[in-house]
Amino acid sequence: MSSKLARRKLVNGVMMGLTSLAAALGLAVLAIILVHLVVKGLASFDMTLFTEDTPGPNSPGGLRNAIVGSLIMTMLAMVVGIPVGVLAGTYLAEYGRFSRLSAVIRFVNDILLSAPSIIVGLFVYQMLVVTLGHFSAIAGTAALAILVVPIIVRTTEDVLRLVPDSLREAGLAVGVSRWLVIRKVVYTAARAGIVTGILLALARISGETAPLLFTALSNNFFSLDIDAPMASLPITIFQFALSPYENWQALAWAGALLITIAVLALSIIARLLTTKRKTS
Amino acid sequence: MSLAIDAAKGRPRSAPSPARGDAVFRGLTLGAAIIVLAVLAGVFVSLVVGAWPALQTFGLDFFVTRSWNPVTEKFGALAPLYGTLVSSVIAMIIAVPVGLGIAIFLTETCPRPLRRPVGIAIELLAGIPSIIYGIWGLFVFAPFMQSVVQPALIGSLGEVPLIGPLFAGPPYGIGLLTAGLILAMMILPFIASIAREVFLTVPDMLREAAYGMGMTRWEVNRSIVIPHVRSALVGGTMLALGRALGETMAVTFVIGNAHRIPGSILQPGTTISAAIANEFTEATTGIYTASLVALGLVLFVITFLVLAGAQLMLGRMRRRAGE
Repeated sequence: MSSKLARRKLVNGVMMGLTSLAAALGLAVLAIILVHLVVKGLASFDMTLFTEDTPGPNSPGGLRNAIVGSLIMTMLAMVVGIPVGVLAGTYLAEYGRFSRLSAVIRFVNDILLSAPSIIVGLFVYQMLVVTLGHFSAIAGTAALAILVVPIIVRTTEDVLRLVPDSLREAGLAVGVSRWLVIRKVVYTAARAGIVTGILLALARISGETAPLLFTALSNNFFSLDIDAPMASLPITIFQFALSPYENWQALAWAGALLITIAVLALSIIARLLTTKRKTS
Repeated sequence: MSLAIDAAKGRPRSAPSPARGDAVFRGLTLGAAIIVLAVLAGVFVSLVVGAWPALQTFGLDFFVTRSWNPVTEKFGALAPLYGTLVSSVIAMIIAVPVGLGIAIFLTETCPRPLRRPVGIAIELLAGIPSIIYGIWGLFVFAPFMQSVVQPALIGSLGEVPLIGPLFAGPPYGIGLLTAGLILAMMILPFIASIAREVFLTVPDMLREAAYGMGMTRWEVNRSIVIPHVRSALVGGTMLALGRALGETMAVTFVIGNAHRIPGSILQPGTTISAAIANEFTEATTGIYTASLVALGLVLFVITFLVLAGAQLMLGRMRRRAGE
């Protein structure tokens, strides 16, 4: 009997030790990646990154055109994606909460949420690049917007459902029409949650590379024309990292650090918003 | 009633009636929701249309042909399909047990004050874009594989009968194994945070009852916690698999982009998404582009099935949690 207990204790010790080891291993790997990123990124990090455009091989330069291009395309994608996402999420949580159509849309939305982003790139290529006849920032924006929508739909629906029905009933009982209840009462109560979803979506698309590869393509020059190919940070990193030129590789590391800082900052802000809502 | 509202808002009587506003708003939300459906349908239709020339030319042979030759215009999906599956399987074999281990650590062993920060750190890492893993894999991890890990594998496992050929050949650094390992690192935080969330849904009473029976920590987790949330864990694992299958940038950097089916996992290969990312803008002929779109269609169908399965498994848990 006691030998059986000893064996059980041994198994317990070994397995729980292994879980601690797994955690140590996982955190170590991720820490190593971040350390490399910071060290290599900082080595070529200076103000010329923001003031000069991408250079030719072995000449000085920065990432200005790529940074501006990324900002333009992500912002436009958010402008398109936010209303669609919030409205669709509103339908799922309010008007169509129990309908069969909503169940289907929820299912489809959850699939789009994790669908490979390169597939979205192929779709937009077929729809916009082939029909318009050329690569453009418009196509890149469309691809990013398609990635934004499912994230916002999901978070919007989730937070709207957290709003107690008694608030809605109170509004309806004094004779306010349903859409005013949604706009004035439900949206107000769920504002922080909706903003969190928007920030998470922004974080997700800031680093997306695959959907831009054959939609926005890239551009070696500074361009604000959304009907022409536009440079972006992720694509520039991709091209420069695979190049044989050391200055390009250094710029790729600096760009990678920039993107990581942006993504982590957005995720942390989003998280702070949620915790504030929970405590208050 | 509308009078009271209008008076309260000080709105002129000529404003649109609330009922009409409601109908318009309802229509807007419904329209936005339909867009979600339309996108998925649009993706499928556009891929089928784009892939049609290739499917028509090669027929079902497309899926069993190894060759990928832009010069003779003979294209087959077998090599990228093989690379996609093998790299994802390697990633899952490593990331699932380690991810579960991290989740158990976070819900059981980890000192309480550390649980929240470590949990948050892992969730933040799950959001790091894949291109970061790609560039790190290319410049740091692949050289490490080439100088340390692969020679060791060739020297040890490479000599073992049966599985030896899997670990044969010169150490390239890049290749299927390297891609699988990078994928594992990428989906690890994802699996860990899903599993942690799922473990937290297990009622404390179940755990306490099991401890009360004299079970050890490991026995509680193995025999009570994991079986209780099994379907959700399978669902979460399938979500991670869906990610690994479709992951593009992290893989493209380190897989080697060779259209062949290597006997050894240390050698370069390619995946569907890496092939599309690398070759799409270079594809000059119609049939070449169509073949790449056909690859995309194959990937879409596979990930759709995996993700749909994941939704069904996770849905079962949500329904049970709602009851």
